[in-house]
Amino acid sequence: MTRGQQFREGCIEGLIRISGLSSIVLVVLILLFLLREGVALFHTVPLGDFVMGQRWYPISDPPRFGILPLLLGSAVVTAGAAVFSVPMGVASALFISEISKGWVKETLKTGIELFAAIPSVVLGFIGITLLVPLIRQVFYLPTGLTALAGSITLAFMAMPTIISITEDALAAVPRGYREAALALGATRWQMMVRVLLPAAGSGILAAVMLGLGRVIGETMAVMMVTGNAPVIPHTLLQPVRTLTATIAAEMGETVRGSDHYVALFAIGIVLFVISFAINLIADLFLHRERV
Amino acid sequence: MDLSKPTRWLAVAMAVALSASPSPFAGADELKGALQIKGSDTMVNLCQAWAEAFMARHPQVTVAITGGGSGTGIAALISGTCDLVSSSRQMTDKEKTQIIARGRTWREWTVALDGLAVVVHPSNPVKQLTVSQLADLFTGRVRNWKEMGGANRAVVLLSREVNSGTHVYFKEHVLGAGQEFAPEALLMPSSQAIADEAAANPDAVGYYGMGYLNPKNRTVAVARTAADAYVVPSEANVRSGAYPIARPLFFYSLNEPQGLVKTFLDFAQSPEGQAIVQKMDFVPIQ
Repeated sequence: MTRGQQFREGCIEGLIRISGLSSIVLVVLILLFLLREGVALFHTVPLGDFVMGQRWYPISDPPRFGILPLLLGSAVVTAGAAVFSVPMGVASALFISEISKGWVKETLKTGIELFAAIPSVVLGFIGITLLVPLIRQVFYLPTGLTALAGSITLAFMAMPTIISITEDALAAVPRGYREAALALGATRWQMMVRVLLPAAGSGILAAVMLGLGRVIGETMAVMMVTGNAPVIPHTLLQPVRTLTATIAAEMGETVRGSDHYVALFAIGIVLFVISFAINLIADLFLHRERV
Repeated sequence: MDLSKPTRWLAVAMAVALSASPSPFAGADELKGALQIKGSDTMVNLCQAWAEAFMARHPQVTVAITGGGSGTGIAALISGTCDLVSSSRQMTDKEKTQIIARGRTWREWTVALDGLAVVVHPSNPVKQLTVSQLADLFTGRVRNWKEMGGANRAVVLLSREVNSGTHVYFKEHVLGAGQEFAPEALLMPSSQAIADEAAANPDAVGYYGMGYLNPKNRTVAVARTAADAYVVPSEANVRSGAYPIARPLFFYSLNEPQGLVKTFLDFAQSPEGQAIVQKMDFVPIQ
């Protein structure tokens, strides 16, 4: 190799290394920024009062910054979304991967990719005009702006992720597993449920975690359909306020450096920790599958 | 930020210089430039109407209106990112301190009056409430329409988000000092969202500026105390002070307004500007 070539190689290698590292550096910088802006809250509000406090009155005097209703609001909406999206997502992936063939399979795969491209505000719009009045009438509720409306809307947002990653996991199961099961006299249903799903188990779990990671961070659609009342939810049929909706609704009003501003950044830290934990768990499962 | 102001004017001047040459009829003092008004959702439609009339009169001026809530506008004023802010409440002492701390001043302009209408679904039999009954409803002390003379059904409270001047005004003047909205109150992202939900939900009660009154909601007559007369939010009742939950609407300008901002403020307060106030269902100041 000439010196010129060596130099070029070195440059290219360096560039690739920098772009690889930059994503990690960015995440660390974002975390540092969140910490710098948000940690100041804990000088005035103890961590326990923040996480376990039951009242969120940010503009009162004195203000109350308790995020327990918001945490539980996010948890209820996310759990509800999981109940709807996981069975449907896994079933859809099984159908696409194992049962459908030819153009049906191709159309479904493309359709699901298109599904993922629908902007969340559009889903929220559909939710508020169709779903919310329907929920109010069906369950005979005082209002349809409930956690259930948020869960159903978000289930539609999680499903594309769950379906496509589950389908990949199913496709990765060796052909021999299927043939062996069928050769032993298993029906196609038995083969799918007793052999394929356990074999692809860790991949499916990762798919679920990534889908739910998207749900917990979603803001716009959830703000439009959940009513945003900061109460501790007891059922899915109550209005709730999520962590993300709180940041989105209140950030514009705060003055840089005020207690309220700092409290919203502290919520950001909480969200970061939750998403990080979910992604870490998903990653652990994906990693286990490869070994 | 002190630097940015001359820079901004320079940018405006350059934009104007680059645009088509002025018409031969335009005088030397013809007004040019761009004005950004941010703030109150209550006043968005009113400001838009003012802006359109103002732009028709001064074709070389563009006026852009953004909502987001009075708090959002005042936060922008404090940060110095906006020259003129609309607000449905007065600035708090805390906000004033924050502006002074940044080495800036402000001026307050009263440009219109507004009555806060309390609205329910047209089928709701409750037709009148006192201010203290409203406080009972919105703080959650009363949770059933039965106690207000209505059907035996749970009350659904519709409020605005905390960045809304209407929310703050209602909290201070109806709920009273130190009182909180019931946590169950739904925090709606806009006055229009309250109007829509009150039109669709037979158990809902909400509040918004008079400008949003529409035939799909029923207005509740309000009395100061049970001994006073029940009054509906009309122009005459707001101006005479008979309607108990009425408020002035403000513009806040950063520092002493000059040029375009000053001309716009004068226009809003002129008879022509006040005629627009009336047309938009608010109450003129004179």
